Amino acid sequence: MGNIKRTRYASLALFVIIVIMIPFVVKSPYLITIGIFIGLYALISLGLSLLMGYAGQVSMGQSAFYGIGAYVSAILTMKCGVNPWLAMIFAALFSALMAGLLGMVVLRLEGHLLAVATLALCIVFYTIFAQWKSMTGGVDGMPGIPKLSIGGLMLTRDVHYYYLIWAFLTVILVFSFNVVDSRVGRALRSIHHFQGGSEMAAKSLGISPMKYKIQVFMLSAAYAGIAGSLYVHWLSLVTPSSFGFLTSIYPLIIVTLGGQGSLWGAIIGAAVFFIVAEGFRAFIPILKPGTSGEYEILAWGLMIILVMQFLPRGLVSIPDILRGKKTKG
Amino acid sequence: MKQMSRVADSKESPIDGTPILEVKDFHKAFGGLVAINRLSFKVNQGEILAIIGPNGAGKTTLFNMINRFQPASGGEILFEGESIKELSPAHVAALGIARTFQILQLFSNMSVVENVMVGRHLRSRGGMLATGLRIPFTRREERNMFDAAMGKLTMMDLKEEAFSSPLSLPYGRQKTLEIARALATEPKLLLLDEPAGGLSTLEIEQLAQLIKRIRDGGITILLVEHRMELVMGIADRVIVLNYGSKIGEGTPAEIQSNEEVINAYLGVEF
Repeated sequence: MGNIKRTRYASLALFVIIVIMIPFVVKSPYLITIGIFIGLYALISLGLSLLMGYAGQVSMGQSAFYGIGAYVSAILTMKCGVNPWLAMIFAALFSALMAGLLGMVVLRLEGHLLAVATLALCIVFYTIFAQWKSMTGGVDGMPGIPKLSIGGLMLTRDVHYYYLIWAFLTVILVFSFNVVDSRVGRALRSIHHFQGGSEMAAKSLGISPMKYKIQVFMLSAAYAGIAGSLYVHWLSLVTPSSFGFLTSIYPLIIVTLGGQGSLWGAIIGAAVFFIVAEGFRAFIPILKPGTSGEYEILAWGLMIILVMQFLPRGLVSIPDILRGKKTKG
Repeated sequence: MKQMSRVADSKESPIDGTPILEVKDFHKAFGGLVAINRLSFKVNQGEILAIIGPNGAGKTTLFNMINRFQPASGGEILFEGESIKELSPAHVAALGIARTFQILQLFSNMSVVENVMVGRHLRSRGGMLATGLRIPFTRREERNMFDAAMGKLTMMDLKEEAFSSPLSLPYGRQKTLEIARALATEPKLLLLDEPAGGLSTLEIEQLAQLIKRIRDGGITILLVEHRMELVMGIADRVIVLNYGSKIGEGTPAEIQSNEEVINAYLGVEF
């Protein structure tokens, strides 16, 4: 037990150091932007990892909650003059609330049906964002969303948001580790019927699977909501196109890449996903001038196939495999 | 361990006549197939009651109805005098009915001790926010859950394997682990679904001792079983089911000499 804790603290320390160092090493503003996106998607994927990797419930609707967080923050600050930080809290709460209400319905479904139902959430909310012109500004979105500030310091530069987002991610990562290591985490694993859980046994021990499915769905939505709020205050702009179908698919790919059932997997998955995709985007036009970014889709497909074929437990299992440790289910 | 006292109150005398569980006119049909046919029986406080019967007699169906995995088509079920017919399985567990499964339902995505810690779920209350923020009481609670689980494992002689995967245990030990997990909920009534299935004669002997020890600890036991050597050795009373109907009830000795039971199930002696 103690050993696991020590490894975790060491990993966290290393993680924080790397995160702090990156802007000192990487000077390109473009790459800092990539760093921001990695952070935002790691945050969404962290929630999905809890939902999918721990409780065994798939969601293709995380973009809806990312979008709800974004629009709640935008609307509250723009139309009601609410302080951006307060708006962020409301964004998280409102995303969680929506997930709670919708979860009561969709989480009754399982497997593919749940995937399709959550996919419907993604589409429905995208349509709402795009069509409710008086509230959301329609497809043109809402420009001029206020920036965040800490004390008297207005956060204006990308690197500020890089640090802010990764600080949020770190705190939420620690929170998630605590949840996972608790009775709640065990309750979640106990209902993960694809991976050794048993809803029957869980019920016989007094665990209500529905309650925990809804709770973890709400938590994942809150994470996505915070990410959405951070996103719009960074960009000062919100448009529905940021919350389309692919925005729901990225976290799924990321969690699969990184490794289900590991919270680090969400972060490592997000980093590898964006770096490889961006690499493809930069590299392919050199090989074949005149091509656009479409080739990055090839990169995703390739990554998924390779990981599923050779690393069913995701990228996080690489150290174990290198050490020749027998993998445990 | 604190909650022990509350649970123990009701178990002063091993057999005192008040039924802890009462099944009245229970009925279950799957379409035209009658699995349980107007079955009534009582489980007395502190006894070991065995339900036997050939395959397909409706034994597991009966268990699934008692802990509410399946709804009954008709009839009533009282636990400590209160109807539990409309409650959820989790609620029934909270009232004090725990069970094991014929086909093991261990959590293979957790270690042995974590499995038993899940059994402490009802005896702890840290929610998502409290555990996420590591509020001091949740840390204490976690330690208590761990200690209580280790206590159960020590009692079951499973302490050495606490951090292994449950699947690495031999089959018989896995069954014991499931009992340990059920006991961790501190039940008043323990339902054992074919606990001797797949065990060797020696293991059955150990299991019989364990079940008696659990009963002596104040927990009423209702078991469904196939293996006569276990049933006849430990049961205070036996109920025989055949095609969902009760065809016999009595002490093990009475059952062994009941003609109808012998014809239906135990086999005729030549």
